[in-house]
Amino acid sequence: MSDTIEKVSIIISKGSLDGIYPGLIMANGARAEGIEANLFFTFFGLDAIHRARHEHIKLATVGNPGLHVATMLGGLPGISTAMTHYMNHKMEKLDIPSIPEFIEMIADTGAGLYACKASVDLFGLEKNDFIPQVQDIITVGEFYGKAAGGQIIFT
Amino acid sequence: MSTTTTTTTIAATDVELDAEGFFVRPEQWSEPMAEELARREGIETLTAEHWQVIRFMRTEYLAKGSGPTVRVLGKTSGVSIKRLYELFPKGPAKIAARIAGIPKPRGCI
Repeated sequence: MSDTIEKVSIIISKGSLDGIYPGLIMANGARAEGIEANLFFTFFGLDAIHRARHEHIKLATVGNPGLHVATMLGGLPGISTAMTHYMNHKMEKLDIPSIPEFIEMIADTGAGLYACKASVDLFGLEKNDFIPQVQDIITVGEFYGKAAGGQIIFT
Repeated sequence: MSTTTTTTTIAATDVELDAEGFFVRPEQWSEPMAEELARREGIETLTAEHWQVIRFMRTEYLAKGSGPTVRVLGKTSGVSIKRLYELFPKGPAKIAARIAGIPKPRGCI
């Protein structure tokens, strides 16, 4: 086996801020290293490329022990919005791009962006619901075809 | 990462490179080395746009102590992200840093 990675296919399956960023950072980082990268959005991860929703991705404040906030508190109205605001502010200070800007940037690096057909059908979506950088809606079989010869990362 | 360095001759001058091919001592670099360094990265000829990025990398490194990432390059070098990847397909910040004779830029984004 080669000791360098030539290609990665990254699956983003979650629709929260903390569920989306890691996959984006890994895809962007792969391209920066000259590694070929494809992003495959499935299930709630589709929100990251949804025209209307990708600007409103929120941090998960319930069922997220890493946040060190009591579950009851995390569920109060407005808490997720407030925590998201705080997190976005911190990231902006570190010059981390917002999700829409980041995805546009990743598309510009030449990475492929794809939506999962099963999830698109499940949620009753169509190509028009997605940002123009999304190249195609593909089946799991087609995904494996694109991922062939590389590493697959599920997030 | 390995700390071994190797001495290589670029444009008839001995320079010290780290295990990944980055200059250990950026002061050993001079402009006439760039073309030869670029060919080692698979870039046959350096255009004015390549030079714009290479000079920017060096200026930033000398001013700040670390080279810019692709995102910073895209925002401040005057060359778009898309164009950067056309100029340096194997990774703009990484390849331009090698050609500009500076250490590898560190930064996750």
